[in-house]
Amino acid sequence: MILTPEQEQIRRVARQFAVSNIAPHVREWEASGGPQRELYQQMAQIGLMGMTIDPVYGGSGLDFVSYALAIEEIAAVDGGISNVMAANNSPVALAIETHGTAEQRTRFLPRLCTAEWLASIHLTEPHTGSDASAITTRALRDGDEFVLDGHKAFITAGSTSDVAMIVARTDPNGGKSGISVFVTTTDNPGYQVLTKERKLGHRTNDTCQVRFEAMRVPSTDLLGPEGKGLSIALGGLSLGRIGCAAQSVGGARQALRLSKQYAEERSTFGKPIIEHQAIAFQLAEMATEVEAGRQMYLHAAALHDAGQDSISAASMAKLYASEMAERVASRAIQIHGGAGFLEDHLVEKIYRDVRVYQIYEGTSEVQKILISRHLDSLDM
Amino acid sequence: MKVVVCVKQIPDPALPGELDPSTNYLKRDDKLILDESDSYGVEMALQLVESAGGGDVSLVSMAPNGAVGGLRTALAMGAEGAVLVSDAALAGTDALGTAKVLAAAISRMSPDLVLAGVESSDGYTGTVPEMIAGALNIPSITFAKQIQIEGGNVKVQRQTEAGYDDVECPTPALVSVTAGVVEPRYPSFKGIMAAKKKPVEELDLSALGIDSSSVGKNGARQETVQVTDAEERQAGEIIEDDGDAHEKIIEFLGELKVI
Ligand SMILES: Cc1cc2nc3c(=O)[nH]c(=O)nc-3n(C[C@@H](O)[C@H](O)[C@H](O)COP(=O)(O)OP(=O)(O)OC[C@H]3O[C@@H](n4cnc5c(N)ncnc54)[C@H](O)[C@@H]3O)c2cc1C
Ligand SMILES: Cc1cc2nc3c(=O)[nH]c(=O)nc-3n(C[C@H](O)[C@H](O)[C@H](O)COP(=O)(O)OP(=O)(O)OC[C@H]3O[C@@H](n4cnc5c(N)ncnc54)[C@H](O)[C@@H]3O)c2cc1C
Repeated sequence: MILTPEQEQIRRVARQFAVSNIAPHVREWEASGGPQRELYQQMAQIGLMGMTIDPVYGGSGLDFVSYALAIEEIAAVDGGISNVMAANNSPVALAIETHGTAEQRTRFLPRLCTAEWLASIHLTEPHTGSDASAITTRALRDGDEFVLDGHKAFITAGSTSDVAMIVARTDPNGGKSGISVFVTTTDNPGYQVLTKERKLGHRTNDTCQVRFEAMRVPSTDLLGPEGKGLSIALGGLSLGRIGCAAQSVGGARQALRLSKQYAEERSTFGKPIIEHQAIAFQLAEMATEVEAGRQMYLHAAALHDAGQDSISAASMAKLYASEMAERVASRAIQIHGGAGFLEDHLVEKIYRDVRVYQIYEGTSEVQKILISRHLDSLDM
Repeated sequence: MKVVVCVKQIPDPALPGELDPSTNYLKRDDKLILDESDSYGVEMALQLVESAGGGDVSLVSMAPNGAVGGLRTALAMGAEGAVLVSDAALAGTDALGTAKVLAAAISRMSPDLVLAGVESSDGYTGTVPEMIAGALNIPSITFAKQIQIEGGNVKVQRQTEAGYDDVECPTPALVSVTAGVVEPRYPSFKGIMAAKKKPVEELDLSALGIDSSSVGKNGARQETVQVTDAEERQAGEIIEDDGDAHEKIIEFLGELKVI
């Protein structure tokens, strides 16, 4: 895909920011659990936190291709930070812009676009992830309020976010159409962070279990119509998959770059290892896979921008790119030899960070379910 | 207050460059970007106008094939508009020719202050700004680390090895800005989109009233005859420590007359 000059500039600025303001600190932030809020506010000043949101609400009003390019750049230096950025932009800000009332838009969007507030999305529960319709968190109407009770798991930025987008059951017997979405602030006494998980990768953000205990939210925090929550939540996930594919490409591309550099510097048997064809061919294959993943997410994003159906393309991009990223990161470690296993080299971190891309925003298996349902729409 | 910033657009230093063997000049077929050396001048100009509570920052650049990539970045940072001089006859122009062309473009803009980098990242003769000042017959101050405009005067802290000198001159004047003295802002995405609509006036030599034989390869009175790689560094002397290494090192440093 050929980018417009503006898309190229956006990518350049995102890369400059990532390389200068994030990359030097990632190891320190892995140890400390994440950057200070100030980093997200600096990102917001450039426009990274509300990229596709209408400028009326403080966003940058950009296309989804630009957004995905920026996600790739941030993920290329740190997966965990890119995920907080992603949650803020899409699903949360985008869902509020698409489904929110005028009051909700003006209450939430300007603050999300400046990162005065950060957002989290609460869908997964301890007993169910892939099957979103099986959630049991309840939200029962009580006059002008809803009372939420339930337990959420794996919530990115669960303890650091100010706004929670919560998927809950408003009709216990309603099945798929008994689910609704709320956007509400986390400074609610009923919002309780249970644990911050220790994890393989994405150590620069907080993944939390959260309990809602008789958490009262005003009915003005209901997002979209009651009972339409599942389609709002899953609609957002489909765009989130394009972002996840872009994150995957970011990690993979960085692993490739570091591998090429290392292969030029490291010599064995009298020559730089890049001159051993076995290594050069691996780099060639890795580069081809990275490029394939990039073109797939760009195409899915371009379809969305053109108002065309991007569901299948987004799932394919996410499936391919996330699995490719693990492969490429693993080969990157192989090219580094023993050094690649050490924390001295970033490929060690990339390998840990890219693993989750096959899990969140719908596992690889779930993507295959979605793609197989759309086989008839393919040109074959 | 009207500030004009000279910005050079150069091939991306992150990409491998190539010399044209016939001219010994860097090939410039690829997309050009804003020379980092000039991002400081742009930032300085924006800060001057912001602290003055008004004014106008414009850009001027000379570049082949109507290249605007670097100008767009500076416009996205906040400059109002740009003048681009581009003309096939300019290929091979030397530094003096470049200065003549830029001076002609600047004189049409009637600025109070002209800012430039101390030296570009790719050519780095470090001569263009002062030659522009010469051609415009205006005073010039080099190596600025801080600039203030007061009345009809520009006051500059001029960086020296030991500290800085305070230097003043009347406007209009040209000041070259030391790299690194301000932190250039990131262009915001909104700025990038707004830059698309900002005016870039493209001029050729005839619009500037410059005779094409006085610039370009023909007008150049300077030629890069040969480009030679730096000698690879010699391997150092390795001193094995048999208990007397310190004596050998002291002897070695003594020979170098550093102790
Ligand atoms: C058609 C064309 C082809 C060219 N081909 C080549 C080429 O192949 N290789 C090559 O090296 N150069 C080429 N040039 C540019 C060349 O003429 C240089 O601009 C000139 O020699 C200045 O040298 P410098 O980089 O040493 O400037 P310096 O004196 O080191 O620059 C100091 C400052 O002067 C200002 N400045 C310098 N040049 C420009 C400019 N062009 N526009 C705006 N501000 C400027 C900037 O503020 C810069 O920071 C070409 C120019 C044109 C128009
Ligand atoms: C770091 C991290 C951050 C996360 N952030 C968030 C967040 O911010 N908000 C949020 O709501 N969630 C978040 N999640 C949760 C994530 O979306 C879920 O883990 C994911 O959807 C999978 O759900 P599960 O863990 O319950 O696995 P399960 O659904 O229990 O699946 C277990 C395995 O069975 C497979 N499987 C399930 N059903 C089928 C089927 N029908 N056919 C074939 N195979 C099947 C799955 O693919 C998987 O391999 C995050 C997870 C992680 C690890």
